Amino acid sequence: MSDAGPTPGSQVDWRHDVFRILKEADVKHIVYVPDAGHSTAIRLADEDNAINSVVLTTEEEGIGYLAGAWLGGERGALLMQSSGVGNCINTLALQACTRFPLLMVVTMRGDWAEFNAWQNPMGQATEKALNLMGVLTWRADEPQDVAPLLHGAASMAFNGDAACALLLGQRLIGEKQWVK
Amino acid sequence: MGQVNETGALDRREVVQKLLAGRKDLLVVTGLGSPSYDVMAAGDHDNNYYLWAAMGSAAMVGLGLAAAKPDHSVLVITGDGEMLMGMGGLATIATRKPANLTIAILDNGHFGETGMQVSHAGLGVNLDRVAQACGFGWTREIRDMAGVDDLRGRLSSRDGVKLATIKVKAENPPRVLPPRDGVYVKNRFRAALGHAPL
Repeated sequence: MSDAGPTPGSQVDWRHDVFRILKEADVKHIVYVPDAGHSTAIRLADEDNAINSVVLTTEEEGIGYLAGAWLGGERGALLMQSSGVGNCINTLALQACTRFPLLMVVTMRGDWAEFNAWQNPMGQATEKALNLMGVLTWRADEPQDVAPLLHGAASMAFNGDAACALLLGQRLIGEKQWVK
Repeated sequence: MGQVNETGALDRREVVQKLLAGRKDLLVVTGLGSPSYDVMAAGDHDNNYYLWAAMGSAAMVGLGLAAAKPDHSVLVITGDGEMLMGMGGLATIATRKPANLTIAILDNGHFGETGMQVSHAGLGVNLDRVAQACGFGWTREIRDMAGVDDLRGRLSSRDGVKLATIKVKAENPPRVLPPRDGVYVKNRFRAALGHAPL
């Protein structure tokens, strides 16, 4: 990149980049089902008085919420784990039929070095399922890719009334330590 | 369970007509099926947002809208079946305590759109008590028009999140269909609030 972007490799703090890019995109609502990979963005959202930080009981609640916020003129983003994409499928019709900016950031499971094979079926189907429902997708596996890809996804969501998802690969997030 | 709730006696069209009379700048979100037809029957309006799908989402659309528009009153009108599918949303809404949001559930105890099968509400689940347990500031079960009138008076108060189950008859009045073009309805709704399309 030729602009004053982050330096390559492990110096990049992609966890902070997620929140920074959402703020730069004028996001006022961050709605989520927690995942460890999103914990920094969730904490920063909770601490920011200009952000409505909303914990959901299930991911599809976030689609309705963001549709409503957009009716009222405000932007938001939905953070979830790949398993939550499965919960969203039918509700994605709301975006397809009304066309509002739906920006999603998805932390992957069942994707790389997964210990719990029960995560694999949904993890392996996540991107295809999103595409089947008309969601545009990008994948970040390197720290320096998170900021530019999220910026691009946000740009296309908010400039195109589109559903856009950035998938954060399991290799980026790191191997979960099951046995300490 | 197994104890069938006493069916309501209220006329759903009369209830909705009463709730929306003299509505001023009230913002209305409807759940799919009969509640959308009931609100349409009371008169189409730029401040109406009708859902035709995404079952279970009406209350959450109301929450997002209420959060973005704290200076407006927001009323979600939905059915017991639609609300049951998104019941976790009541917990989410309770944590946000949107002072300007009211949820009115037209509870006929049945899935009216699919052949009048008995619903969980009809089998004894009280959605107003679920909302109360979640932490809603004001909840009621309404069985008469005086209760509906009281609810209407509270819609503009913006003094706490509210939910009422309104016990209506299990019947399907003639359908009055709202527009199905979701982009049109969305843009019309936003334009009435001063938001331009892209």
